[in-house]
Amino acid sequence: MREQVYPKGLEIVTVALDVGGADDARAFVDKAAPTHPSLLDQAHALDAAFGVVNVPNGVWIDEAGTIVRPAEPAFPGRNPVTAKFREMSLDGLPEDMADMLREVKKFKADPEGYLAMVHDWVDHGAESRYVLTPDEVVRRSQPRSSDTARAAAHFELGQHLHRAGDHDGAVVHWREAHRLYPENWTYKRQAWNFEDPVRQGRTEVYDSCWIEDVKRFGAENYYPPIVP
Amino acid sequence: MILDTLDVPVQDFERATGWSVKPQGACKGEVCVPLPDRARLDGGRVDVTGVAERLGMPLVADDAHGLWALGPESLPAGHALTTAVAPELELPDFDGNPFKLSSLRGRKVLLVAWASW
Repeated sequence: MREQVYPKGLEIVTVALDVGGADDARAFVDKAAPTHPSLLDQAHALDAAFGVVNVPNGVWIDEAGTIVRPAEPAFPGRNPVTAKFREMSLDGLPEDMADMLREVKKFKADPEGYLAMVHDWVDHGAESRYVLTPDEVVRRSQPRSSDTARAAAHFELGQHLHRAGDHDGAVVHWREAHRLYPENWTYKRQAWNFEDPVRQGRTEVYDSCWIEDVKRFGAENYYPPIVP
Repeated sequence: MILDTLDVPVQDFERATGWSVKPQGACKGEVCVPLPDRARLDGGRVDVTGVAERLGMPLVADDAHGLWALGPESLPAGHALTTAVAPELELPDFDGNPFKLSSLRGRKVLLVAWASW
């Protein structure tokens, strides 16, 4: 995709939200061998700064540095993992894995549609029908209450302590971040993953887990449909 | 923004929060919020408590570690974005070299958040 759009004036910048640092994400990056800027955000700073609440998410920024579409589910090209999951049979899987796959199969993602939107922006710039006004960009960005702002502060303290070697200290703050901002998946998935990297399943450490929260919020809301 | 003191250099505050301290107040994009006099300290420093209160930024303490985290603003409008002006973002690449999003001005940018988990 980048080879098609870069000559027309669009750069792609990928940002890995990984508290564990470069080592956690490097295997994916090396495989993709990106020619575009590929950055690391250990603090999940994109959540507070841009309103990212899940991955993958995309933000459009124009030539002047104005955001023209706020954070939304973004699938630049086919999402291979989801495609693979969709085709996978549930037969013979352990029940908990089958349960997870059943939910993943309900995810709504339209990679082709998203790609078409990006190409429309590349071709038509400010005249693209997908470019939003500044007021609309702000209005469509995630809600920010005092609780969700507080969750960001707790998540930041948590990642700081984890990286300083105090994982138990981090958990205290991550639990609070989850309580204050249950709709934020990056805070939750990151934390669950440290305890159970296979299923992000129920542990004694947190009061929630991936499968329970996907069912609670509805798999169809995991990647909310994009409003053109 | 992780803090071990509540009296910080203005430029540190500005870099971490995306808010600029100007004569008319704290500003981000076209939005400016007046600051109380007590928030401006001598020697180019700000009193985080005073600024935080005015911008609706939570100041969360971790007493055991002697740290605070200053969260993002929560203003009456109630959105993650206060303005459509993109915040400056400086993050390292996978070799540890710093990269500024603003270095791409003049190009369209598709910023994509992903993760290994």
